[in-house]
Amino acid sequence: MEKSHFTVNGKSVELEIDPATPLLWALRDHLGLTGTKFGCGIGQCGACTVILDGNAVRSCQVKVSRAAGKNVTTIEGLSSDRSHAVQRAWLMEQVPQCGYCQSGQIMSAVVLLASNPSPRDSDIDDALSGNICRCGTYHRIRKAVHRAAELARKEEKGA
Amino acid sequence: MKARNFVRQVAIPFVVVFPLLLLFSAIGEKHHAFAQASNDDHSVRAFSAVASVLTSPRCLNCHVPDDGPLQGDDNHPHTMNVKRGPDGRGTPAMRCTNCHQDTNSQFLHAPPGRADWRLPPPSMPLVWKGLSIAGICRSVKNPATNGGMSTAQLIEHVRDDPFVNWAWNPGPGRTQPPISHDEFVARFTEWVQTGAACPKE
Repeated sequence: MEKSHFTVNGKSVELEIDPATPLLWALRDHLGLTGTKFGCGIGQCGACTVILDGNAVRSCQVKVSRAAGKNVTTIEGLSSDRSHAVQRAWLMEQVPQCGYCQSGQIMSAVVLLASNPSPRDSDIDDALSGNICRCGTYHRIRKAVHRAAELARKEEKGA
Repeated sequence: MKARNFVRQVAIPFVVVFPLLLLFSAIGEKHHAFAQASNDDHSVRAFSAVASVLTSPRCLNCHVPDDGPLQGDDNHPHTMNVKRGPDGRGTPAMRCTNCHQDTNSQFLHAPPGRADWRLPPPSMPLVWKGLSIAGICRSVKNPATNGGMSTAQLIEHVRDDPFVNWAWNPGPGRTQPPISHDEFVARFTEWVQTGAACPKE
């Protein structure tokens, strides 16, 4: 086994793990970060989305070797108290139904808003089309992304 | 006496040699035209083999006129509403490499992979889908549409480029182009060396 070094939610981690292991299993099984979900395992559903150096990657497809030396952010890393603008917007709009896909949806929304602070509906659709919701909460997801954008703008003005 | 000498030394040779020169020249030109036509036929036949690869789903699915790539042997639109984006690498939160890794997934229906997975950029989309074989040929040959490559560079590209080579190692569940990579490179080289002629519409 090789040692892999990377940063998860701001903390440096070192894992003795096969570098071909999917990042998802490193996060869930080795680091106990179970907020990231296993959905399809073939990069088709988006439930396992995490942020790797600013990109909304599917952690079931990304090998640990790709994460080496990089920064990984999971749903647990957005805030310790659900205070991130996207998390607050999700609560305000009561987005989840079963909730299984929502951590992936939120991580994709965070990446979208980082590059586009005022997205149109079509931008949201483009950015989140790779995140499937079997409950069909897409309308609430879209509203929540708009709400999050508004909250982030207010935070920025207040800062 | 002078007039007789002129006729013998100048006029007779001129009358005899000049028509012969014209005749040889005409034969030469005709021969050249035949040779050119034969070379063009050869070149067009070579490109026909090349086109069998370029129109295979492994190539065609990303050389598209629309904003998003295609998938599968039936060229259906890529699921998840995937878009080309400003640099050919997708849109925010939907970058190609969010799912496509440096290598193919070993699982059926999982993303294929190569380093820097992407579409041609919108500035030079190198569209083949919807074009005739003649149109594809002109598009491949033209530096204004092929990424600024000369025909010599194109030979290197089809021989060495990882994306081109990926078509013969596309991962589980995907068909390969109808001829081998070696044959593809050989026929491409033949096409270039015989003048890179394109078929008529």
